[in-house]
Amino acid sequence: MARNPETDAAAIAIEAVVKRFRERGREVPALKALTATVQRGGVTGLIGPDGAGKTTLMRLIAGLLRPDSGRITVLGIDVRSDPLAVQGAIGYMPQRFGLYEDLTVRENLDLYADLHDVDPAERQARYAELLHMTGLAPFTARLAGKLSGGMKQKLGLACTLVRAPALLLLDEPTVGVDPVSRRELWQIIDTLTRTEGMTVLLSTAYLDEAERCRSVLLMHEGTLIGEGDPKQRTETMGGRSFHVDAEGTGRRRLQALLAGAPGVLDAVIQGSHVRIVTRPGATATVEALLPTLPGAQLVAVPPRFEDSFIDLLSEHGTAQAKMAPPPVDPVAAKDEQDEIVVEGLTRRFGDFYAVKDVSFRVRRGEIFGLLGANGAGKSTTFRMLCGLLPPSAGTLRVAGVDLRAAAAAARARIGYMAQRFSLYGDLSVMQNLRFISAAYGLGGQRQRDRISWALAEFELAALADATSRDLPLGYKQRLALAAALMHEPDILFLDEPTSGVDPLARREFWRRINGLAEAGVTVLVTTHFMEEAEYCDRLLIMAQGQVLAEGTSESVKARARSAALPEPTMEDAFIALVQAAIHPEIAA
Amino acid sequence: MSIRISRRLRGLVRKEFVQIRRDPSSLAIAFLLPALLLLLFGYGVSLDAYHVRVGVVVTQPTAETASFTSHLQHSPYFAPVALPDIQAAERAIGRREISAILWLREDFTRKLLASGGAPIGVMLDGVDANTARIVEGYLQQTWQTWLAARAAEVGQPVPGATISGALAVTGRVWFNPAVQSRDYLVPGLIAVIMTLTGALLTALVIAREWERGTLEALMVTPVSLREIIVSKLAPYFVLGMGGMAVSVAMAVWLFHVPLRGSFAVLVLAASLFMGAALGMGLLISSVARNQFVAGQIAIIVTFLPAFILSGFIFDIGSMPEPIRLFTYLVAARYFVAILQSVFLAGDVWSVILPNAAALVAMAAIFLGLARLVTRKRLD
Amino acid sequence: MFSRVLALIVKELLALLKDPKSRMVLIGPPLMQLIVFGYAATFDLNQVPFVVYNADTSAASRDLIAHFTGTPTFRLVARVDSLAQIPALIEGRKAVMALAIDARFTRDLLTGQPAPVEVIVDGRNSNTALIALGYANEILSDYAASWASQHGARTPSALVMRARYNPNLESRWFIIPGIIALLAQVVTLLVVALTVAREREAGTFDQLLVTPLRPVDILLGKGIPGLIIGLAEATVILLAAVFWFGVPLRGAVGVFYLGAVVFIIAVIGIGLLISALSATQQQALLGAFLFMVPSIILSGFATPIANMPQAVQWLTLINPLRYFLVVVRSVFLQAASLASLSTEIAAMAAIGCVSLVAATVMFRRRVY
Repeated sequence: MARNPETDAAAIAIEAVVKRFRERGREVPALKALTATVQRGGVTGLIGPDGAGKTTLMRLIAGLLRPDSGRITVLGIDVRSDPLAVQGAIGYMPQRFGLYEDLTVRENLDLYADLHDVDPAERQARYAELLHMTGLAPFTARLAGKLSGGMKQKLGLACTLVRAPALLLLDEPTVGVDPVSRRELWQIIDTLTRTEGMTVLLSTAYLDEAERCRSVLLMHEGTLIGEGDPKQRTETMGGRSFHVDAEGTGRRRLQALLAGAPGVLDAVIQGSHVRIVTRPGATATVEALLPTLPGAQLVAVPPRFEDSFIDLLSEHGTAQAKMAPPPVDPVAAKDEQDEIVVEGLTRRFGDFYAVKDVSFRVRRGEIFGLLGANGAGKSTTFRMLCGLLPPSAGTLRVAGVDLRAAAAAARARIGYMAQRFSLYGDLSVMQNLRFISAAYGLGGQRQRDRISWALAEFELAALADATSRDLPLGYKQRLALAAALMHEPDILFLDEPTSGVDPLARREFWRRINGLAEAGVTVLVTTHFMEEAEYCDRLLIMAQGQVLAEGTSESVKARARSAALPEPTMEDAFIALVQAAIHPEIAA
Repeated sequence: MSIRISRRLRGLVRKEFVQIRRDPSSLAIAFLLPALLLLLFGYGVSLDAYHVRVGVVVTQPTAETASFTSHLQHSPYFAPVALPDIQAAERAIGRREISAILWLREDFTRKLLASGGAPIGVMLDGVDANTARIVEGYLQQTWQTWLAARAAEVGQPVPGATISGALAVTGRVWFNPAVQSRDYLVPGLIAVIMTLTGALLTALVIAREWERGTLEALMVTPVSLREIIVSKLAPYFVLGMGGMAVSVAMAVWLFHVPLRGSFAVLVLAASLFMGAALGMGLLISSVARNQFVAGQIAIIVTFLPAFILSGFIFDIGSMPEPIRLFTYLVAARYFVAILQSVFLAGDVWSVILPNAAALVAMAAIFLGLARLVTRKRLD
Repeated sequence: MFSRVLALIVKELLALLKDPKSRMVLIGPPLMQLIVFGYAATFDLNQVPFVVYNADTSAASRDLIAHFTGTPTFRLVARVDSLAQIPALIEGRKAVMALAIDARFTRDLLTGQPAPVEVIVDGRNSNTALIALGYANEILSDYAASWASQHGARTPSALVMRARYNPNLESRWFIIPGIIALLAQVVTLLVVALTVAREREAGTFDQLLVTPLRPVDILLGKGIPGLIIGLAEATVILLAAVFWFGVPLRGAVGVFYLGAVVFIIAVIGIGLLISALSATQQQALLGAFLFMVPSIILSGFATPIANMPQAVQWLTLINPLRYFLVVVRSVFLQAASLASLSTEIAAMAAIGCVSLVAATVMFRRRVY
């Protein structure tokens, strides 16, 4: 095989790769003539929204798919001509790593050691190293299926590392993993690149993770829209990021005003502030941005990687189209009425307390966040609030109705958006809306009105007859929200409503939620994105089935403030709180 | 090189066995299901009719009619019910209380003693045609023995006057003299059961690996396709043969089906059939990558044909031509032929050799096809 | 309230018919089974291969053989010269039956001695053996009767056989009406048993539970599509039975549909019970399979219930298929009246009540 000195130097060289899939008779392009290189050493991030083609690219590199045209060279080997040699040299962890759940931790490791032909003599040392690194040493005899989500990811990683590969491919290793486990995974990856000199290609939808990479490849709809050092990219955004505060104007109202301002590219709520990114060349003064609010204050803040990503996407024309108008009719004063009252809520499964003695109240028009690590009991709490699971003890009043006494009456006032935007995939958008509205008892003119409202408000009219399974994720999310709002509920339950969708769709989603809250709808939301916790009026952090902290995001962050961390992020605060609860000795 | 391969393969096979041990459902399909099916069929399915309820209407009772009804009474096949008149009998047959009506009219005795040709009217309930045919046969037989017995009693007035005098028919059923349907159903059932463990289990297990994403993780290791295939075949071969052992043991010791041929032939034929069944399972799972579809396909293309088109219950020779030609594609057909011979007749090489050759060809075709369509890639 | 249930029914039917997997369940197996059972599953014998050993070369014995070769049931494959050749032919499955005519045949026939004829059948398939033997006996009786009448002899008695409802005793007339019942059960059970599990897997079940629909509404919404599809399936096969396979439909269609509705409701109850108890489609499929196989075998579909051991016969009393098979077959062949089938319909209704109540209880317990 002729060796090209230039491509040999790179760990991965991708040249004009095209890949199409056939789906229901249609050809769907996944990669459109993609060219990129991954240098040896360090972590290269493969960044892009859902559906950008990250997983397809990973599989092509690993030799699991064959490109329609183009060429991929991995560690100097042509993948198409010798996939086995490539597979022998790399480690690959798919998105859902196929752990054999009915095998123990040790048996999984043994299997992969056998498959990679690791000499039994070398295994003990390697296992010890890996188990130490992943913290799985105490669990070697446990079945993989009985591990928590984060531990499974770590075991998957350990399995791909049984024979230290020169190149490691990680496909969204941190998706669905709580912040604590996420941080631990990154520590392992850092160790690998530093001490073993491994090259890592890692794909992620979390933009904050990009900042940890040596370089990034930015993908969008099957093409490469940018690459390079994330720090450099972030720096180019200098002087365009600000915190805005305005006395007497609610932050959501402020955000809505800013989002509508012509010079503003991006406006998100961060704690009590609104963080904005201005358009290139726009004048960043209060007068230019907020002519109606002269008392507002503008404070320059350091840029972050996400700003540059939003900037880049807006250049590709996707950001503009999704801008929704700001809410028109905000309710002036907030009601002090409690819409959700939870007292002493407890749920037992046998001897195990999934939720123990949890109490909180949510006021009308409030956005209330429910946070917690995997297995902290937040899903169980959420399911009890929606009436999907009976509590073992405690009181639960939703919309003034005791959920145990009159579940059907309470449900008529609740809107619910499930994880993974669960819709009837075989039904069209229209059929889904028609069914859900009828299930809530809507009929006749009102049903027709609400359906046309939903189609217009969520820009779904053009897709009304499309099968909902085939919708892009962002549209699925819109449809799910539209379905939850058909009967104009007073209370909205959102279960991880933005997981997997790209940052732009996430912003648009939150803009709608803010508008609803302003209109007096009470919102209860669970999320893994710590940044989204900032959008909530108040938060509840759970660990081991109990309440760890409750309050505004500012007050939660304040609890984690220390000399070492004068300005903790929400994630820092979350990790500090959870670790203090689980391992009090470490925190002390 | 050979050592390298064997370590990977060993690892994979070991994994498969650990999984089988931990997952009760595959063990249940391999061992419990055969036992359950055998019990169900062994006890539930019987084509042998005993004590068939027949309505007897005697318009004018005499010693002669009594001789006939008592003959009927003593036959193990019939449970006669005396009915007053033909209307009552017709009502009874309409209500499915009796399977046939025997009517001895007022002229029966007169004709029997004088001119001959004394009529016995038989009305069969034709709804269940199969049972009706069997009842018809039993009646013929019973009637003939009655005539013979009568001839011996009264002596022959005219030579060749009776049917039994005309012909002395000896009916003999070889290999299964007691005509026990269980004796032929149980061996055939073993083929159906092994189809289930071989094809269905293999298809489900590989589809499960696709579904859970474990196969994707396997594929990026340096393991070769041949090793993956062999590691799937070997454990389920063992499991399938285990299921067969259970079935044979139950057949011989519980249902007392005679095993007249040699055990070695049985094992050898089963191994060949297992090869074909596993190949089919592998082929199905490479087409369907989720358990639901794989299960559906496996039932439609392997289980049902094994049941109906293998000659296990229904006679292949009597099927219409196109379907008869199609049965040549059903591996179970060859195995059923071998099983029924080895159990009931013995090592009949003229049956075993051609059918075994067909099984070799089927196994080669299915395994070859499976190898051809399985790729170490996702697309 | 009913408009909500109606919406659920419409949604359920749309989801079933648009999902290729469910479509496969609804169309694939029934079609396959109709063809296979309709054509292949027959106990009627055709072209049974037989060999002849004829030691008596006379017109009488040739006439006897002609009686056999003259029917489509038997096909002469070989004539052998010695009895010793027969075992190899039967063992090797070249022939299923052997007819051996002794050298004394004609002489005995003429002298009034019983003329010896031996019929040997392969008992490896005892059902085929019995039926073949029955046919042979019939032919031999015919032959003897005609020989006797030709030679002026008289027979003391004659067996006059007729079959009611199915004069030619075609097993297709028995099997195909049975398929209507069988497939109505298979399809209804699969549709209903998988429906909740499918929603659970897709995550839409929670969505359904948070709406103001009551558990009863959900059960109705899940059950009624099963009834519609089960009845549609039954109708299609009924038409195929009458117009394609030519099975006579002698009774009232109304009685058939009354029985079908009651039967399908009973099956829906069982399907909902399986549905309520299973968390995944896999489990639901397994549950459906575990109910279906015994219920078919112990229904009298292929083999008469009367042949089963007494304990097993009692077990069949809780099997709704057993009763519906009687209804279908009686309506088809016996032109049975509603009154004569009241016991069967009442039994199915009772099973339906019990299973529906059990399903509702289980469902409430599982979904809160």
